[in-house]
Amino acid sequence: MIVASHLSQRYPGGYEAIKDVSFEITAGQMVFLTGHSGAGKTTLVKLIASIERPTGGSLVVNGQNLSALRRSALPYVRRHLGMVFQDRKLLFDRSALDNVMFPLHIAGMPRRDALRRAQAALDKVGLLAREKAMPITLSGGEQQRLAIARAVVNRPTVLLADEPTGNLDPESAAAVFELFADFNRVGVTVVVATHDQDWIARSRPRVLRLDHGRLL
Amino acid sequence: MIAWLTQHRVALVSAFRRLAAMPLNTLLSLLVIGIALTVPGAAYVLLDNLRDLGRNASGVQQISLFMQIDAGKKEVAEIENRLRGLAGSQWRFVARDDALKRLQASEGLADIVASLPRNPLPDAFVVEPSDAGPEALEMLRKEIAGWPKVAHVQLDSAWVKRFDAFLRLGKLVMWLLAGIFGGGLVAVTFNTIRLQVLAQAAEIEVARMIGATDAFIRRPFYYFGALQGALGGLLAAGLVAGALRLLAAPVDELAGLYGGSFALAGPGPLDAAVLAAGGGLLGWLGAQLSVSLSLRKFD
Repeated sequence: MIVASHLSQRYPGGYEAIKDVSFEITAGQMVFLTGHSGAGKTTLVKLIASIERPTGGSLVVNGQNLSALRRSALPYVRRHLGMVFQDRKLLFDRSALDNVMFPLHIAGMPRRDALRRAQAALDKVGLLAREKAMPITLSGGEQQRLAIARAVVNRPTVLLADEPTGNLDPESAAAVFELFADFNRVGVTVVVATHDQDWIARSRPRVLRLDHGRLL
Repeated sequence: MIAWLTQHRVALVSAFRRLAAMPLNTLLSLLVIGIALTVPGAAYVLLDNLRDLGRNASGVQQISLFMQIDAGKKEVAEIENRLRGLAGSQWRFVARDDALKRLQASEGLADIVASLPRNPLPDAFVVEPSDAGPEALEMLRKEIAGWPKVAHVQLDSAWVKRFDAFLRLGKLVMWLLAGIFGGGLVAVTFNTIRLQVLAQAAEIEVARMIGATDAFIRRPFYYFGALQGALGGLLAAGLVAGALRLLAAPVDELAGLYGGSFALAGPGPLDAAVLAAGGGLLGWLGAQLSVSLSLRKFD
């Protein structure tokens, strides 16, 4: 499902965020990326999400070698990935429902189908009753769950999350992790970058530990 | 196909929504674009009216053909035959006796005519060619001059040529104006779209990361630019029509003083459509330039 070999990412200026990293994540796995701040978790998530392109090595996601793909092909790769950002990246000029429908608009789905799908996704994260609410009126935990609804509405094969529980109280964080576990149970490959050790201790998932850009 | 149509519909709807979301901005932009297009639009309508005026002025497109004084009925018949061969042209024959009678009828000339030993006037034809362009008239004049027993062919071409040159100059000025103000329209659109891209930065960033193609992101801005330009074009057509309505009465009075009747023709539906299409095209161009530059920082 996700195969990295000798992957490296060097930024302009010479800083190497990822150094010669190799791993394989099979379909349906749930994997946690951990490590100190600046260890390269966010960079690795961005590479898998094809938001950044690797400067060295190869990265194959869903059978496609991301480093060899043309730039114009990347949007179609991204549509098969669900992405949850630490800062959520919700759009505050539209309702919760419209936020969730956005990826479906991008994919060109007719409005009626998109509406049904978006409502199902909101229902899944427990926010259907608040579909008309503007994101600014939602709590931090609700906003993150809204972001998860948007990430899964396309029914991705891979769900990626970068510090999804940063700034959340333990209860909200647990709700977010429960959601990831639910999606993983129905076959979605889940990759979460986090340093929430409590949850890792409790659920004992597979852990990839990064240290200064290298895999330990 | 359905996905493609849906995306275009979404883009168009969002373009309309963005226009409506900031009514004051929209109004001001439309005014700037409308006024910019009014100048070349008015110049075009003015030239159109002048051309009509030139076409209607009598005598301008006539060729006078004078036979030799000794030409007989046979030769006249031959010329008539050849004139019939000129497709679409109208002509009439002025017999030398008729011409003399008309001269006699003229005030003060009767005595002089009576004192002539014989009729000095030749048979003549007045030809109104179908193609009134100066080159065509000149060619026809040369052709007719070569016909048998034709003494002289007269074409009031100097006036036609001058008028035509004036119209050509006017047309050039109109295109220059259109170029300058069209450039202004592109610049105005460029700026509005740039501001829009800045205002939509969050949406563009998210869209990029969740799988939007470049086309998806650019499309609403193209529609916006084209829509704004087209509406500005319609506004310009309205302004020109309004101005002509104000001018109609004085022009009528002026024409009356010259003993003629002439009414200004306003911009028709076709002219309005051309202005709207031109505005739309230039707006699209401005959007294209602006989006290409503004979206670079999202890469």
